[in-house]
Amino acid sequence: MYKNFAEVKSALTSGVSVLEITESYLKRIEEYKNLNAFLEVFTDSVRENALRVDEKIKAGNAGRLAGMVIGVKDNICYKGHKVSASSKILEGFESLYTATALERLLNEDAIVIGRLNCDEFAMGSSNENSAFGPVRNPLNTNTVPGGSSGGSAAAVAANLCTISLGSDTGGSIRQPASFTGTYGIKPTYGRISRYGLIAYASSFDQIGAFTNTLEDNALVTEIMSGKDPMDSTSTSREVGSFALTPTDEKKRIAYIQEAYEMEGMQPEVKERMDEVIATLKADGHIVEPVSFPYLDYMVPTYYVLSTAEASSNLSRFDGVHYGYRAKNAVGVEATYKKSRSEGFGPEVQRRIMAGTFVLSNEFYEAYYSKGQKVRRVLQTKTKAIFADFDFVLTPTTPATAFELNAVNDPIQMYLQDIFTVHANLTGNPAISLPYGKSNDGMPFGLQLMSAPFTEKALYDFSAYLETKFQLN
Amino acid sequence: MHIDEKVVDHIAHLARLEFSGEGKKAIQIDMERIITFMDKLSEVDTTGVEPLIFMSDEVNVLREDIAVDSLTHEEALKNAPKRDSDYFRIPKVLSKGNF
Repeated sequence: MYKNFAEVKSALTSGVSVLEITESYLKRIEEYKNLNAFLEVFTDSVRENALRVDEKIKAGNAGRLAGMVIGVKDNICYKGHKVSASSKILEGFESLYTATALERLLNEDAIVIGRLNCDEFAMGSSNENSAFGPVRNPLNTNTVPGGSSGGSAAAVAANLCTISLGSDTGGSIRQPASFTGTYGIKPTYGRISRYGLIAYASSFDQIGAFTNTLEDNALVTEIMSGKDPMDSTSTSREVGSFALTPTDEKKRIAYIQEAYEMEGMQPEVKERMDEVIATLKADGHIVEPVSFPYLDYMVPTYYVLSTAEASSNLSRFDGVHYGYRAKNAVGVEATYKKSRSEGFGPEVQRRIMAGTFVLSNEFYEAYYSKGQKVRRVLQTKTKAIFADFDFVLTPTTPATAFELNAVNDPIQMYLQDIFTVHANLTGNPAISLPYGKSNDGMPFGLQLMSAPFTEKALYDFSAYLETKFQLN
Repeated sequence: MHIDEKVVDHIAHLARLEFSGEGKKAIQIDMERIITFMDKLSEVDTTGVEPLIFMSDEVNVLREDIAVDSLTHEEALKNAPKRDSDYFRIPKVLSKGNF
């Protein structure tokens, strides 16, 4: 079993081949089949690629990620392999190109072991919305791994791959990272190209990594980052090195008063938060509460805007160009309607309907336009916080993983994103670090958010926190 | 906000979805709850605030208009549920019985 890239590299040094490492992962995936983390294991191509990397190692020209075996969320394209966004509507679809983020990892000789289950079109917070069944949390299989990148979180937590890729639109990397005791980052909007990521809400979506160490997270995020001509929203800013350099520089840390006082927070989560605040203060950092009276508005704003974008993005699934087509439909319109109604699951249909509603002529101003204005208010207020502080600290989630089928109400499920959605609304980077366990042994995360394009500072401060708290 | 059956039918048509029976009842209830949840936004004062539309700080991302090979004709048709050698195929729109 290999828990992280350092263990893989030390095995390589002691003479173990990439193929042997791959075989050990394949065996483990088979043993943990009950988690339903993988929708498909690329048994043949991963072995071929392992052999190819072994050759390169022998020849002395292997890339920085030689030996790394990755799992990819089922909404990230990998040429010549199936991708379905965990939806029936993409039945049989095979990627015609590889996502830029993934391509950059492959160029450094990482290899892909398979595609990972998720909520359909990344819409969900429990991975129960997959057309191919829920994923189970490896730390307690009665509970969910979080979502939407539930398979990616479970696979890393159970050591079924070295790292995995996910996507985060409202918390879909950080919330599952919190539930599974892994590291998960949502980089700044524009930091990593979205080319080849199946779009859900384009002004929110970002690709990011799940890892078992902070070091691995910084490494793969650095490699994936940077300008891509195929995504005009990707930033032309220089990336630089994200390699961890813990510093004892004194920082200014804000915590959101309204989040801190939120009712219904699990006591252990709150206690650990208090402990972190006290220790940071004792260590000479400035830690202060700030008022951000928008907590109740963030999730509704997110749903107005993200469903609107989803209704537009998902109009491409029409039963004509690719994927599932309803049988016996007569004419074009019926083909569209029947294919979409049979192909999309209930949560996706709910969001398309809500999004179409807020974009419709009569309601556009009151909902969609209003949502964009509230988003501006949130961004302005957030910028003001970062004028005075280096980091904003919150729990990632108010509680640990819940049991399967425990949350049936859509609105209650949407509130899972209460602390994470902020970073997506404003474009800031945010990371979830494993920082505590409840009395029953289930993990929860600490979320650190920083100013746009300060991933390096985010990683360095996280590294400092690790030395201070031995988080893992 | 109250969502009636007429609104559901209208939005469903715009979204190219169809609901009937129990399914229609369920989506009507869900929409009403979701829209009511969204109504919270009206409490935020946005007087004089410009909508935030673009999240990227890149401006005028321009490039030369250069022809490059991306997908081949064959690749573009590869994932179609029904096709012939050149085109996507859809079910018949007209049948003899219509006239």
